[in-house]
Amino acid sequence: MMAQSTDFAVSGELLRDLRVWRSRAAIVGVAALAVTAIGAIAWPAQFFRSYLWSYVFYLGVTLGSMAWLMLQYLSGGAWGMVIRRPCEAATRTLPLLAILFVPVGLGISSLYRWSHADVVAADAIIRHKHAYLNVPFFLARAALYFAGWLVCSWYLNRWSSREDREGPAVVHRKLATWAGPGLIFWAFSITFMAVDWVLSLDPHWFSTIFGMLFMAGQGLSSMAFLITLMVLLSYRRPMSDVLTPRHLHDLGKLLLALVMVWAYFSFSQFLIIWSGNLPSEIPWYLERLRGGWQYVGLALVLGHFALPFALLLSRDLKRDFKLLAGIAIFILFMRYVDLYWLVAPDFLKGSLGVSWMDFTAPAGLGGIWLAYFLLQLEMLPLMPLRDPHLEEALQHGRE
Amino acid sequence: MIKPVYGVIAEFDSPTALVNAARATREKGFRRFDAYSPFPIEELTDALHLHKNKLPVIVLIGGIVGGLTGYLMQYYVTVIHFPINVAGRPLHSWPMYIVIAFELTILFAAISAVLGMLALCGLPMPYHPVFNVPRFAFASRNRFFLCIVATDPLFDREKTCDFLQTLGPREVSEVAP
Repeated sequence: MMAQSTDFAVSGELLRDLRVWRSRAAIVGVAALAVTAIGAIAWPAQFFRSYLWSYVFYLGVTLGSMAWLMLQYLSGGAWGMVIRRPCEAATRTLPLLAILFVPVGLGISSLYRWSHADVVAADAIIRHKHAYLNVPFFLARAALYFAGWLVCSWYLNRWSSREDREGPAVVHRKLATWAGPGLIFWAFSITFMAVDWVLSLDPHWFSTIFGMLFMAGQGLSSMAFLITLMVLLSYRRPMSDVLTPRHLHDLGKLLLALVMVWAYFSFSQFLIIWSGNLPSEIPWYLERLRGGWQYVGLALVLGHFALPFALLLSRDLKRDFKLLAGIAIFILFMRYVDLYWLVAPDFLKGSLGVSWMDFTAPAGLGGIWLAYFLLQLEMLPLMPLRDPHLEEALQHGRE
Repeated sequence: MIKPVYGVIAEFDSPTALVNAARATREKGFRRFDAYSPFPIEELTDALHLHKNKLPVIVLIGGIVGGLTGYLMQYYVTVIHFPINVAGRPLHSWPMYIVIAFELTILFAAISAVLGMLALCGLPMPYHPVFNVPRFAFASRNRFFLCIVATDPLFDREKTCDFLQTLGPREVSEVAP
């Protein structure tokens, strides 16, 4: 076992690739953020909107990876073994994301109507929600979410690297035991986070499935990102020796499942509000189904569900590295569109529009995030070294 | 007069021998042959090239038919046969149709999968010639069989027997129809 363990280290040629990708990502990120910063000074309101949805996207990739990481400790399976180290690297970007939350905090009064005393005073519904929707409590909750996520991330990484050194005897059980409560915390924190940061943009509206929609979205974003990454890694050692079409097939099945779960939650929310037809609930959809936004909604039905669903049914496609990565990248793009459709109509009030900062903000945040992620990825071997089920996972699909 | 045969069958001691025999038989050019084993052997599926079959298409068609049935059934009832104004909603309230259309998609696809599997396997099959070989009873215990069917274009009673002999079987015998 130990002789083999050294083989999982990032190989020299892969390290060269990773550093090239990293420097490119960093250059794009810094340049785009610099341009966005100019926009932030000139048009702060637009900056905060563009920043918010971009930020929620990358946080989703990170927290989705953390959920997969905890889930695979509970379920087992070869698919979880091959993505474990990339997931861990993603969770180690949480300190960076905690710092990047600062602009959202600074933008509260620009983004959220409920933060203005005069609006609260004049609006009975918002006044009733004031006990929850107020700035100090909003920030305290955000601090609580980050504290929980950082604790999860810290222990998951610490115990996993301890397993590499000391073997699975004590620590593997710990990982499995804490993954359960960790996932429950994830589910609650995502629900509240989605309500706080996105849903409360329209403080009159509410939807109890909104949090689950974000859980599915995070799972989908992170799985699409991980599949793209695994395909890129598969060209170089060590992953060229590890990954088989069967591993990819499993990840592709999860991607298909998440596409369906997202569609299921989205449609459930729509159907319930549509059939209820209540004045307190439908304005949110009316805002998103007029003035051109209905075409974005239709594009989501087709591109976020119908097309990937139909394609991912194919077994051959899920076993084809390049085709699956292509679909994963397309899904990532549709995730941007989905978040934009959730956030932007609240500000644009019935007219379809997009600002140049809606391109530079995601590019900037994405570049910085990716560079930091790749830095984390190269630090450890790309597979766990002493997991009790390592051999099974490697044999998966070798016959 | 020479009695016709269903095919020739070879008996093997181990799953490995059976898989190798199936591969060799396929390489030789035979297509109409089947293998029998007391337990599933993953490699055998590859050796017999059983991965591609018509079942996925049957299930897909079943699903599409189910979805259309569900949707059109509701359309017929609520728009054509018994139109009622429910709280001012349009008669063709498609969001409400989706749930039942989805359920029927699943139902029809699942039924197609079961019936399609039975049909493609040729089940139920009250009679099969391989049971005419007395030793075939061991196929459910600890022996492995490979049977080349006489309808294969390359089949030749003696040559095929000789070919099977070269694969290292315990025994080769003819199968009465």
